[in-house]
Amino acid sequence: MPSVFLVPVIPVDDKLLSSVVDPLSMIFGIPVIIDNTNHLDPAFAFDFSRNQYNSTALIAALVTLQVRQTRSATSASSSDKVLGITSVDLFVPVLTFVFGEAQLDGNTAIVSTYRLDESIYGFPPNPRLTQERLLKESLHELGHTFGLIHCPDYLCVMHSSTSVEEIDVKTARFCLKCQEILEKKLA
Amino acid sequence: MPEKSSQHSILIVDDEVVVRDSLSKWFRQDGYRVGTAEDAVHALKLMNQGPWDVILLDIKMPGMSGLELQKQLKEIDKSAAIIMITAFASVESAVQALKEGAFDYVTKPVDPDHLSHLVLNAIRQKKLADENIQLRQQISELAKVDEIVGESPQMKKIIEMIRTVAQTDTTVMIRGESGTGKELIARAIHVNSSRRYFPIIPVNCGAIPETLLESELFGHEKGAFTGAQYRRKGKFEMADGGTIFLDEVGTISLKMQVELLRVIETKQFTRVGGNDVITSDFRIICATNRDLEAAVRDGTFREDLYYRLNVFTIFVPPLRERRTDIPPLIHHFLRKYAMAMNKPVMEISPEAMDLLVRYDWPGNVRELENVIERAMVLAKPPCIRPDDLPFQILSKRETPADDSLASVEKAHIENILRRTGWNITRAAEILDIDRVTLYNKIAKYGLKKP
Repeated sequence: MPSVFLVPVIPVDDKLLSSVVDPLSMIFGIPVIIDNTNHLDPAFAFDFSRNQYNSTALIAALVTLQVRQTRSATSASSSDKVLGITSVDLFVPVLTFVFGEAQLDGNTAIVSTYRLDESIYGFPPNPRLTQERLLKESLHELGHTFGLIHCPDYLCVMHSSTSVEEIDVKTARFCLKCQEILEKKLA
Repeated sequence: MPEKSSQHSILIVDDEVVVRDSLSKWFRQDGYRVGTAEDAVHALKLMNQGPWDVILLDIKMPGMSGLELQKQLKEIDKSAAIIMITAFASVESAVQALKEGAFDYVTKPVDPDHLSHLVLNAIRQKKLADENIQLRQQISELAKVDEIVGESPQMKKIIEMIRTVAQTDTTVMIRGESGTGKELIARAIHVNSSRRYFPIIPVNCGAIPETLLESELFGHEKGAFTGAQYRRKGKFEMADGGTIFLDEVGTISLKMQVELLRVIETKQFTRVGGNDVITSDFRIICATNRDLEAAVRDGTFREDLYYRLNVFTIFVPPLRERRTDIPPLIHHFLRKYAMAMNKPVMEISPEAMDLLVRYDWPGNVRELENVIERAMVLAKPPCIRPDDLPFQILSKRETPADDSLASVEKAHIENILRRTGWNITRAAEILDIDRVTLYNKIAKYGLKKP
């Protein structure tokens, strides 16, 4: 059975990161571990012209981390998933921003809490809401690593979201169809 | 977003590997089939693996530019929905791309929400464009269904002429007796021409009173004459982009002929009671059963108008001169009315067919159609028999065996007896002989009541 390793990509809000451990473990039914041994400094992925961090470069660094970890730890498996969590703003070159990025049917993903925070939209901070959004986006990106693609069911967590409003509309659950695919992958 | 599904496909053409990779990844996660090409050569190769619903195309690429590639991609797939990707600095090129048929453009970096909606809209538009093409093809097919029926050499030649003249914008004059299907030929020319997606406007010049014809053809402004409460478009204005079919053109007055000649020459006119000059792009097809040459000689038809209209003439022969067309026309009308009357398609007995073929059809195809419609109402399935045909055709039933007086007399008496249902008194009255004489003749010729 694979495990999910949550890698803090600093800076990151520890409280937020910790908040998703139990729900993720419960929903996927697999161990979810915070990998405190492998903090990642994202400075190398910073783009001065955009004042953002390149998520594709960060994914590549997380893949290298995972390979090292698999080699060194006997308990680690090549089917383990790595999810980087950060509070910096992420982008891919052609898009203005991304909430996160994942390797489709791969092992690695990254999620940013930056645009999940109400305060960047000029609203009062709402940590509980940010927590909910982070859980949904973590489920979503990890879902991609299990081979799930975007789902037309707007309530399914795999539904594509390009704004926080859309994240808030969907639930932190997989629809029956996505759940079925996920269970096959986890079996 | 219910329209997103794996059946949709996107081709990404960009020389930057990061752009290709990030877009490809993004769309794969959305369930699209994704193809990527680094330059025009690869893009053109990948077109064979299409069709692609949406093509994302970088404007600036080494080798062939995105604009040039767009032209070539459109040549391969006219309905391709192309979204140009551009850096902010080349917005002018993107505008140029839009003018040349691109669906839209995005500047890098693009807002994910915007890109997502743009692609979905492009897919919707392509779907509509494809449906449009399909429907147009269906329309063309439907037009073929109603095409002219005829197997005679004369009709084959006419069909060939229709195909040829339809490809041009030449004025066509269709001549032939009443009921020969002149309007059908005009419609066939129109639906086979490039103007087929615009209307064909028929005007029966002979049926419109002289006083109203001008207003009918050119339209009128409100208050142009008593009763003209609203502005109305004329037939020439309605035919903009399409065809105007002037039936019975030989009947129009000399005054209207002058007006008509001017409009044909300039394609411009003013509505009755108006000052604005209206321009309309129409093709003229006209028809007449009059001897226009004689009318020109008599001075009742203007010679200049005659030459303007008589550019390409199609003569439709009367039905009696192409009897081989009668059986296929009969079967065509049988199918038509069986559908309209919700009756099974009926056969026609050999005897009835023989009568129909031998009849002279002074009213031509129109008369034949009416006869078949009537017979379909009267006939009992599964067959149309001679008794279902009108009298004027039945009278052809008994024709003299030869031209001798006795043969002619025998055939005539038999016809009259059939017409009167063997009512001797009535038949004798019609024949203007007394009943005894009629009995004698019946006995002489061995006629028997059926």
